[in-house]
Amino acid sequence: MTSAEKIEASRIPYTWPAEGVRRIPYWVYTDPGVYDLEQRRIFQGPTWNYAGLEAEIPSPGDFKSTFVGDCPIVIARSKDGTLHGFVNRCAHRGSAVCRSRYGNAKDFTCIYHQWRYDLAGNLLAVPFRRGVPDGDARVGGMPDDFQLSEHNLQALKVESVNGVIFASFDLTMVPVREYLGPLMTSYFERVFDGRPLRLLGRTSQRIRSNWKLMMENIKDPYHASLLHVFLVSFGLFRADQKSKVEMDESGGHAVLVSRKGDQKQSAGTAEIANLKADYTLHDPSLLDRRKEFPDENTVVMQTIFPGLIVQQQTNTLALRQIVTRGPDQFDLIWDFFGYGDDDEQLASYRLKQANLMGPSGLVSIDDTEALEVCQKSFVEINDKSAFVELGGHGWENVNHMVTESAIRAMYRCYRDFMHI
Amino acid sequence: MGTAVIENSAAVKSAIQDLFDSYMDCLDDERFERWPQFFTENAVYKIVARENVERDLPLATWSCLSRGMMQDRVVAIRNACVFSARYMRHVAGVVRVTGEEDGTFIAGLSFSVFETPQDEASRIFLVGKYRAKIAMTDDGLRFQELLVIYDTSLIPGLLVFPV
Repeated sequence: MTSAEKIEASRIPYTWPAEGVRRIPYWVYTDPGVYDLEQRRIFQGPTWNYAGLEAEIPSPGDFKSTFVGDCPIVIARSKDGTLHGFVNRCAHRGSAVCRSRYGNAKDFTCIYHQWRYDLAGNLLAVPFRRGVPDGDARVGGMPDDFQLSEHNLQALKVESVNGVIFASFDLTMVPVREYLGPLMTSYFERVFDGRPLRLLGRTSQRIRSNWKLMMENIKDPYHASLLHVFLVSFGLFRADQKSKVEMDESGGHAVLVSRKGDQKQSAGTAEIANLKADYTLHDPSLLDRRKEFPDENTVVMQTIFPGLIVQQQTNTLALRQIVTRGPDQFDLIWDFFGYGDDDEQLASYRLKQANLMGPSGLVSIDDTEALEVCQKSFVEINDKSAFVELGGHGWENVNHMVTESAIRAMYRCYRDFMHI
Repeated sequence: MGTAVIENSAAVKSAIQDLFDSYMDCLDDERFERWPQFFTENAVYKIVARENVERDLPLATWSCLSRGMMQDRVVAIRNACVFSARYMRHVAGVVRVTGEEDGTFIAGLSFSVFETPQDEASRIFLVGKYRAKIAMTDDGLRFQELLVIYDTSLIPGLLVFPV
């Protein structure tokens, strides 16, 4: 252990429970030291993080600002069409060089002292670099050994996979597909198959819970069948339906896959108190849908470690980006999208079904509530742990919904990153 | 209420102000079953982020394309969605009537919504403006279209009640 690592480790005065990932100690959700370590080891470590859609910044000079973890970054397209990413922090005094969420620019100039950078984050010019004239001499300015090239904005590695932009602080990062592994790549490319994408819009909310609870929520088919009256009553996602839970080798990424069932009670639904067989809609057009993927799956929810959720619920497609805001809150940014070649009817299905998701989603309202209810009670219980043994102790892929194996898998991956 | 009542612009403005006042009052009192009755049968109701409007993106955070969809939202609030108790309070500005189009009045006003969760301090929940098309029907003034365009960049927690 290097001395820096010793200092880091000493900031976390906790030990993981002896049972391993069948337990999740509550201090991972509350401790500021754990949160800081996550930023450095995970978000600013060897991970790929969702940064936006190419469709948002199609032209040279287009940019958007966003976050990796809680660190502000900018993604920009240079004159030759290349995508660049850099930390949104002037190399001089640390102020943000880009103060818009999106736009088009020739370059980025810090407002404070007008340091000017190109679209790739390279420093172009510094005012008064040579000082000011004073008689025949010049006074002030940068020292003689000042080199522009030593003061570029901190670059990120950027890769687009079929129109979806990822960024990494680790400049030696393997390609995104390798990071996902072959199985998770196949699910990713099921939705992002190379067709041009179209951003339908964005909706954002601040949730008062730890960011990991959000990822766990989408790796947890147990709750989906019990909590969500709307989902289970209309057979949109339920334990008695044909389904599976699959992961990559690291355990960080996962999918929950399900096929639509009927609105009825069966042997498999007997324990679902929330199934309302007589629940009807005044306007059933909300559930109008069209089969659009080659397989029979109607829901595929993919989690990509650390902070991205790819949602395909019937025809509503979204990328949910987690922006961490300390141990006890995060922002959830929902980028709803379709394809450039969607006909009017399909586009209207996507927009209508968006009612199920987002800050006011008929389904996702329940999740927000559950997450906040958890976090609220994580007070003074840092010596206790969550119990995660549904489906056993392991983290294997299974063909049913009654398991927490994807949560255990994520914590196996998490502990590897965190060295805890 | 007959058309005669709204022949002059002051009367129009006053009638539309009344409509918005009772609309917001109804929501703050959680009389949600009455909420769809403020709309015509085929009315459109959307809650939309201002950023999407400015970028010309079609997504609504909440969209009802018929009164039936509004009724379904009410059923969901009462029977399906899981959320903890809270009070909402609308505080709005003064109505401006900006025109007439296809027999409807175009009107709008700024609003803010405060949220008071149980056992917590009140907080600003949503800030924005209403943009409405209002029709005169046999039952009085009704929203033909009501857009709730919010400035708020991050919705605090969840949005379960209509605005």
